[in-house]
Amino acid sequence: MDELSRILIQALGQLIAPATAAYALAAIGLNLHFGYTGLLNIGQAGFMLMGAYGFAIATIEGAPFWLAFLVSAGAGALLALLLGIPTLKLRGDYLAIVTISAAEIIRFAGRSTLWADYTGGASGLAGSTYKGPFQALSPLPDGRTTIGPLEYLNNGSDSWWTRIFAWSVVLVAVLLVWLITRSPWGRVLKGIREDEDAVRALGKNVFAYKMQALVLGGVAGSLAGLLFVLPISVAPDNMGRTLTFFVWTVMLLGGAATLFGPVLGAMLFFFVYMLLRTGMRAGLADVMPAQNVEHLAGLMVGVALMCIVIFRPQGILGNKKELAFDVR
Amino acid sequence: MTADRPIASAARRILAVGVAALAAATASAAMLAAPAAASTTDVATTCTPDGTTACVSPVVLDSDNEPLPGIDVTIAGPGFEQVVTSTDGPVSVAVPEVGTYTLTIDEDTLPEGTTANATERQVTAQLGSTARGAFRVGEGVAPEGGGATDEPTEPADGGTSDGAGAGGEGEDTGIGADGSTQNVSGWPAFSQVWQQFGSGIRFGLLLALASVGLSLIYGTTGISAFSHGEQVTLGALLGFISVNWWGLPVPVAVVVTILVCAGTGWLQDMVLWGPLRKRGTPVMQLMIVTIGLSMALQYVIQMFIGGRSQRVLPSNAQPLELAGITLSTASWISMAVAVVVIGAMAWFLTQTRIGQATRAVSDNAALAAATGINPDRIVRIVWIMSTGLAGLSGMLLAISFGSFTWTLGMILLLLMFAAVTLGGMGTAFGALAGSIVIGIVVEMSTLIPGMPSSLRYASGLLILILVLLVRPQGLLGRAVRVG
Repeated sequence: MDELSRILIQALGQLIAPATAAYALAAIGLNLHFGYTGLLNIGQAGFMLMGAYGFAIATIEGAPFWLAFLVSAGAGALLALLLGIPTLKLRGDYLAIVTISAAEIIRFAGRSTLWADYTGGASGLAGSTYKGPFQALSPLPDGRTTIGPLEYLNNGSDSWWTRIFAWSVVLVAVLLVWLITRSPWGRVLKGIREDEDAVRALGKNVFAYKMQALVLGGVAGSLAGLLFVLPISVAPDNMGRTLTFFVWTVMLLGGAATLFGPVLGAMLFFFVYMLLRTGMRAGLADVMPAQNVEHLAGLMVGVALMCIVIFRPQGILGNKKELAFDVR
Repeated sequence: MTADRPIASAARRILAVGVAALAAATASAAMLAAPAAASTTDVATTCTPDGTTACVSPVVLDSDNEPLPGIDVTIAGPGFEQVVTSTDGPVSVAVPEVGTYTLTIDEDTLPEGTTANATERQVTAQLGSTARGAFRVGEGVAPEGGGATDEPTEPADGGTSDGAGAGGEGEDTGIGADGSTQNVSGWPAFSQVWQQFGSGIRFGLLLALASVGLSLIYGTTGISAFSHGEQVTLGALLGFISVNWWGLPVPVAVVVTILVCAGTGWLQDMVLWGPLRKRGTPVMQLMIVTIGLSMALQYVIQMFIGGRSQRVLPSNAQPLELAGITLSTASWISMAVAVVVIGAMAWFLTQTRIGQATRAVSDNAALAAATGINPDRIVRIVWIMSTGLAGLSGMLLAISFGSFTWTLGMILLLLMFAAVTLGGMGTAFGALAGSIVIGIVVEMSTLIPGMPSSLRYASGLLILILVLLVRPQGLLGRAVRVG
């Protein structure tokens, strides 16, 4: 029974973990791309890595927190522009190919020796080098706080302050998405998703709208990268293709083209994922090593993603009619 | 498959090859121009790799992925041994010659109660680059994230683990130093360029095996199959298993690998793609299904080999020099196999009824169906064929490069997409031409002084973006107005 409650508490902790907030924000950005505009971005991890490097390097170079925050957002916007210019006039899957490639190349570049002075190479940047200004902002008193079964430090890396900040950013992002998607601008985006030619015939500059959506979603992605590295360190190998695929699973699980889908998806996904992993580690300890449990859990995520897309493409909250994509 | 219409084809193909060669030349020129200053920026290490220096660097990380100072690591190699103590930053030493070095961590210097995830790492030192061996130290915790710290042994760093290739390069530098061709600024000698050109052809041919299939899948189904990279890794894995676990002779292992991989293609089409086609699932959804499949396959592969790098052939590579290019004997044989298989593919696509039907479906599925071709059957054949070819490609790549890890396909996928886009999506011969160009550019880009070998794959992305800007339909593709 002790074992069971430990597993449950660990899984509960995932509901409000900073990493869950980071995934939720990344999925919100991806939802702007895919859910609302129909852009296939398979390199969200690349945007996240850009944001993480932008934030960490700016802080290490002496920038105050909010400037580093802006640098992080700017890094995502820049990447979106660079990737959008050659691809957004072409068929949808070119964007997919370019983003998945770019994400990997950014990771290679980050871990290469060429810019190791800034990026720390393969070992990345230690958390202690860039967390100072953020943690100094905390208004909370020192000490520990317990809410229900969850107990964390007030300040520090894995703290209430990190959680409050991360979820506030997510909340603001949800609010912004709500505002922009119910505006005329948001309706044009949905129009592009449904039928690009029809929107073009109405005299709209489809390229510009797509680019704006790509940049906004990319900024959300890079800020998600910032949230992702706040409690840990910048490690390029933690932010590879698997991260992108998890973000996709999170978004599709909650429901593409829905307001709360990404947030619900992230919470549910990490609750179940943690439950599965700790449960299997305890239950299958005699059958297989811990390493294989991780692989088995990853395999299950892959199969789950396939099943969601095949059997319930609208996810938990979505509306199937919203997924009538204009495939070209 | 407009490129293969008898009248237009010959001229266009010649043109395409010309353009391809030109593109390769410009791309490498563009890359040569850029990083001249870059070679000196690597000051954090005590050893700066350049055209005549190879560096080895031990990396000791704690469980939070942060450098752990004060750990002694012994670097030993041919006639060389030195103890290095890790610091907060990177440390590296220059080694006298290229080749394999063993890094051994001194467990007495570890903090109390901790262990390293390995006591020994093997790295291959290469001129102009730093070979890293990573150790992770924690409280008896197995490392997570698989290959995260196994950078040095990854085939991501490609030919570096190819003993023969590295030896060849070292030899070339020797020749360059004797003669007058060696440039003061560290620019490569002609023999080095020629050697890398040979490696590029090898890489291109093996890449072509996989990308032709990717292109055919795209042509017949409209799917950009993101799982194709894992199909390549699967081939390498099966090659490894059949040679090392089952003890099959290599030719038999090749056949087994192809058959099993083709079987996975058949199975996928039976349970996944076929039913989804009947339901009329939109292509975009199918592409996300390939993402899920790729993730699932990736973890299956990791279950077998974890994060370690594996050798398909247990014996050491025998170098063989042909026309001034030194590659391992296994590489030459792999290239020959690739040429034969590609030739057979070309014959199949142009001469047999099924092959012609495949190209017809690829060109216009509805029209092909109207002429009595069964697109469903053709698509199944394409899935079987392309997964089989991807498996062969993976096994041959693992043999030629010496070793592989689960990340092999991930990197190749990018290059395959670049190759297929360059050649024109959906065209089989375009994929072939594109692959050769990409292979040559990727291998030649290592000649740039100061270019880390892990970044050479960036050239693939560079080409991809240039192609999309200048000629989005690719070399052999047909321009379609899309907006």
